Amino acid sequence: MERNIYIVRCGEVALKGMNKPYFERMLVERIRKVLKKHQGIEIRREDGLIVVRTVKDIPGDTVIGEISKVFGVDSISPAIEVESDMEAIEEAAIVFMQKQIEEKGIRTFKVEAKRADKSFPVQSPDIARRVGAKVLIACKVLKVDVHQPECRLHVHVRRERSFLFEQKVSALGGLPLGTNGKGLVLLSGGIDSPVAAFLMAKRGMYIEAVHFHSYPYTSERAWDKVKDLARVLTQYCGNIKIHSINLLPIQEQIVQHCPEEEMTILVRRFMMKIAERVAAETGSLMLITGENLGQVASQTAEALVVTDAATSLPVMRPLIGMDKVEIMDLARKIGTYDIAILPYEDCCTVFLPKHPKTKPKLSAILESESRLDADGLIEKALENKETVMIRPV
Amino acid sequence: MFVYLDNSATTKQYDQVTERMTRFMNEDFGNPSSLHRMGVTAERAVKEARQAVASSLYVSDEEIYFTGSGTEADNMAIFGAYHARKRRGNKIITSEVEHPAVIEACKRLEAAGVQVVYIGCDGKGLIDMKKLEESLDDSTILVTIMAVNNELGTVEPIEEIGDLVKSKGDILFHTDAVQAYGKVEMAADKWKADLMTVSGHKIHGPKGIGAIYIKKGVHTEPLIFGGGQEKGIRSGTENTPGIAGFGLAAEIMHGNLKNRIRTMEKVRSYLLEGIKAEIPDIRINSPETVFNSEKSAGKQDAQSRQADGRIALSSPGILNVSFLGCRGEVLLHFLEQRDIYVSTGAACSSRKKGSRVLAAAGLAAPVIDSAIRFSFSEFNTIEQMDYVLVELKKAVSSMRRLTQRRR
Repeated sequence: MERNIYIVRCGEVALKGMNKPYFERMLVERIRKVLKKHQGIEIRREDGLIVVRTVKDIPGDTVIGEISKVFGVDSISPAIEVESDMEAIEEAAIVFMQKQIEEKGIRTFKVEAKRADKSFPVQSPDIARRVGAKVLIACKVLKVDVHQPECRLHVHVRRERSFLFEQKVSALGGLPLGTNGKGLVLLSGGIDSPVAAFLMAKRGMYIEAVHFHSYPYTSERAWDKVKDLARVLTQYCGNIKIHSINLLPIQEQIVQHCPEEEMTILVRRFMMKIAERVAAETGSLMLITGENLGQVASQTAEALVVTDAATSLPVMRPLIGMDKVEIMDLARKIGTYDIAILPYEDCCTVFLPKHPKTKPKLSAILESESRLDADGLIEKALENKETVMIRPV
Repeated sequence: MFVYLDNSATTKQYDQVTERMTRFMNEDFGNPSSLHRMGVTAERAVKEARQAVASSLYVSDEEIYFTGSGTEADNMAIFGAYHARKRRGNKIITSEVEHPAVIEACKRLEAAGVQVVYIGCDGKGLIDMKKLEESLDDSTILVTIMAVNNELGTVEPIEEIGDLVKSKGDILFHTDAVQAYGKVEMAADKWKADLMTVSGHKIHGPKGIGAIYIKKGVHTEPLIFGGGQEKGIRSGTENTPGIAGFGLAAEIMHGNLKNRIRTMEKVRSYLLEGIKAEIPDIRINSPETVFNSEKSAGKQDAQSRQADGRIALSSPGILNVSFLGCRGEVLLHFLEQRDIYVSTGAACSSRKKGSRVLAAAGLAAPVIDSAIRFSFSEFNTIEQMDYVLVELKKAVSSMRRLTQRRR
């Protein structure tokens, strides 16, 4: 049966030492998962490469698109496979290049050969020279350009069968999902937090999410929006469980008992404390936020110190040093931007003090907090938690 | 208690309408253009519906054309009239308080080089007649002004406007009567309207069906070309379930119009008086007195009289009130928790920040921000209003308690 072949290169995974087989296995598992919906897929690890074979009728763009969303994949090349025999390779190379000329109007090329099987009788530079010569004779329109060829014909000679390929589609890089535990992201519905979740997942972390709202001060549509954002993330991160928690009872208590300008920071601390509890229940190792140094009042250095003091878990802030524009660009690439900018109120914009404290002092904040029954409020909030599992479409 | 007070956004379909539509989906599903009996049955249903809608508007059935929505009918009126008359002039007059279906169509023409004049309004949404008179000239080809405002409920002086437009020459007059339909007596002839828009789902009919009245002898260009349905004015296979449903809704609504209006007026004034008596710091944005009620003929309260002596009157279907210090959107969510459904601004525009209509009426930002639109139907009762008043009072005072410290 004729099959389409894709060579998948793992980026950083290849640099691993003793653990390399483990990482490769995880990566193969992920690729298997994203391609699960298709029939007749075969995935194998062969000489440090991952080779995906599919039945002919699945379009190449679909397969490449799906694999390129798997963290840990560096690049993908659609390839053809031939017997490891000089004559067979030369013949295949001619056919391959004729197709390039026909489909893309290629006029200049270069052959790059690699000999993984050192027992192959011809050495790499000679393979390149001989294949190049045959192609030149067969295709009169082609010229060799070793510096800037329009097409690089890669010949990858292996023990039994060899690969020919031309294009390298770059993927996201990173590490395979599940190689770095699980993190709990505070998913607000804004632009930043989905990007933060994406970046941590890219380093191999499973993602679970907690969402805070203030219904009826926020709309039910805001909750739908968070679910839509998570659904976009599932393409990269797999299933995401979201825990939704109503903060309104806590906000009401703060309004009544604490200074107005401390509202935001006090609420942030409650979010951290609640998230810590959720993390403990769900086996999450750390918290993840979309905070970014200096973006708003609750994200000044002083405010972050006070926020961090609310939890003993490490708080990952992968966007900390990025500019807003960079975050927005990334959100567009991930596909969360257009959803994130829908104008439903999120939790942070309600109860916004006119002049929030930008340089809070921990001692003062702790004093304000002591006026509230924090444990009772947190317990109550957790009791009314709503949980949904978001799966890729 | 379930209380639906968002009837200007859409209404609950009459049960009979749903039944009738099902028939035209399951059994009599033929294409009116088909030559066989099933086609004839469907064609008859369309014809009957056309007659029902026509008689509810006091016009002839040859003057009614079905469209896919009120918005489409508005667009057809504006683009259709423009393309039919662009050789005669290059000016269109509309108002600042129109529905987006009209405003956005006018803006599209403006971008294409047409001169569009947007007439302003007073604090109650009544359009500036003096400005209108000044703006009318030889180059004017179309005037499009709504009959009832969708956010404030204000009934525009359509008869006066029609007279004025027609006294200035051969200018087409279109009125978007979507919010007037089923709320006030319709009178295309008295209004001197050449074109008029109505919609099915605001009178307990189905969504996705509208109609345009085109006065006999008035020529407009179609927007959609194809099989020549609706006398070539609106091609596309007729939406027979929608049309049949719309026809039946028009018939039921029209047969019961006086009672309908009386019920809406009763619940509206009950709620209005209740709010005024029981909730402090409010502002009634709609005109208080209802149009064509027995009251409005004789006694007029001072509130309705405008600076220029004109009387502002409201549709019985709409009451717009600001609860100062309460964000409209938040109040809406408070009420929805109690199974009461209202709106801030118009449903079509509430996702954009603030209300264009209320801003055009010169209302201050805190008033706009705290505005709630209650809109009524014949299904509302006094008992419901009592419940709404109790819940409204609770919601407003708890919201104010929370935000008081911060004002």
